[in-house]
Amino acid sequence: MENEHLLNSLQTGFPEAAIAIGSDWPEMSIESTQLLEVIEKLKGSDKWDFDYLFCETCVDWKTHFTMVYHLSSTQYRHSMVLKAKVDREIPQIESVVKFYKTAEMLEREVYDLFGIQFLNHPDLRRLLLTEDWVGYPLRKDYHDPINMIKL
Amino acid sequence: MRNVVDTTPEGNMVLNVGPQHPSTHGVLHLFITVNGETILNLDPNIGYIHRSIEKMCESLSYRQFIYSTSRMDYLSAHMNNHGCALTVEKGLQIEVPERAEVIRVIISELTRLASHQLWWGSLAMDLGALSPFFYAFREREMITDIMEETCGARLTMNYIVPGGVMADIHPDFQRKVKEFMVQFKSKIGEYHELVTDNVIFQNRTKGIGKLSKEDAISYGCTGPTARGSGLSCDIRKIYPYSAYKNIQFNEIIETEGDSFARYMVRMREMEESVHIIEQLIDNIPEGEFQAKTKAVLKLPKGEFYTRLETARGELGVYIVSEGGTTPYRIKFRSPGFSNLSALNHMVKGHKIGDLVSVMGTLDLVIPDIDR
Repeated sequence: MENEHLLNSLQTGFPEAAIAIGSDWPEMSIESTQLLEVIEKLKGSDKWDFDYLFCETCVDWKTHFTMVYHLSSTQYRHSMVLKAKVDREIPQIESVVKFYKTAEMLEREVYDLFGIQFLNHPDLRRLLLTEDWVGYPLRKDYHDPINMIKL
Repeated sequence: MRNVVDTTPEGNMVLNVGPQHPSTHGVLHLFITVNGETILNLDPNIGYIHRSIEKMCESLSYRQFIYSTSRMDYLSAHMNNHGCALTVEKGLQIEVPERAEVIRVIISELTRLASHQLWWGSLAMDLGALSPFFYAFREREMITDIMEETCGARLTMNYIVPGGVMADIHPDFQRKVKEFMVQFKSKIGEYHELVTDNVIFQNRTKGIGKLSKEDAISYGCTGPTARGSGLSCDIRKIYPYSAYKNIQFNEIIETEGDSFARYMVRMREMEESVHIIEQLIDNIPEGEFQAKTKAVLKLPKGEFYTRLETARGELGVYIVSEGGTTPYRIKFRSPGFSNLSALNHMVKGHKIGDLVSVMGTLDLVIPDIDR
């Protein structure tokens, strides 16, 4: 499906979500509480068949976090971006491991570097950093006078 | 912290696999739970060479950050640079001269060949055959010599800059590449005789580490790992970029999903890479090798994502820009990271010896996973 067609069909499928064309693919912003419901619809529907999560990451916007999911379909070859806003005070969001097994490691990485709690994740612990590391380095307010090089 | 040898409450042994010294080439540390020789569970312990390249890039300019990406997957350094340059060019809408596009693709394919040759040699070495490593390096040496002349470095080339390539090709470039291709084509049969047709090698790889197509999709596998399971995922073919748009080549797919299938994909890919270079080497267009760009690059506010095929699979470069001279957030979706996540699933129920053959055919480069 071309981006235009995909955009239209997403708008019909999710009338209340904010959808726009990004630099490459349609981008859809949703509330973090709707995440599982939306992904189930996107993955389960024959029309979209988003069976492939090729990137999952997080952006720290200082006032809140945004979880970014890049989805594509191995059948139709179309891709889209799904964004969910996460509160900075209570950084919690549902895990998508039951839909995509690759999310297990990707979410551990996000937890490790951003400190986002993934609810119902099978094995949420630090991945790249040591277990006793204090803080979450990719947050914008992270400060480490010894290990961080400022240019 | 876990002890060197530990037991689980069920009486199974937890074994540490892998070197931990930072100077060894792959510092992948695995905790495996074994019952006798049979692997029950595998837990990779990564991050020994985590340098937080993503955080570093947040304070580097759009010209500088490309160089740190050579240190991720050092065997596909050129392709990592390519991905970054494509993302910056997409943001700034820079038109890259045709000559640069073709040079980039030729070097990409040479890098892929060099990477696969190193993989072939070290896979055989992991499985107990020492000499293939030397044969692989005989041909690989010719490629690194070409790289040295044209790019100025043998491994982390840093040849790509936003807008084109850093310098024009060396006058000897075409002749030497052709020499290499003649040599390689006369030797590829030897590779197959030495390793592919070897009965011991076949016994250790056929039927080992099966990965179904559905699991390859779910685990986000890409590259030869996923193509060995019958998943069509070659970014060069399905979302062509640079000069790949105008080239005839086949996507290599095997359907068995075992270690041998992944091995065959890479072996056949090498021949396909030679085929791609053959189409381009005599047709490098004349003209500029670099587009004119401003000294200080400023990406417009927005988000840019590029997908491209490295030797190990799909690399994603995701840049979030706030309109400044440095990226606000940058994410590298590295192929090795996702391929590694499937390892536990692939080795469960196999013997410890099979773990080596599965890991070998995943072609893991640890800096690519740790970043």
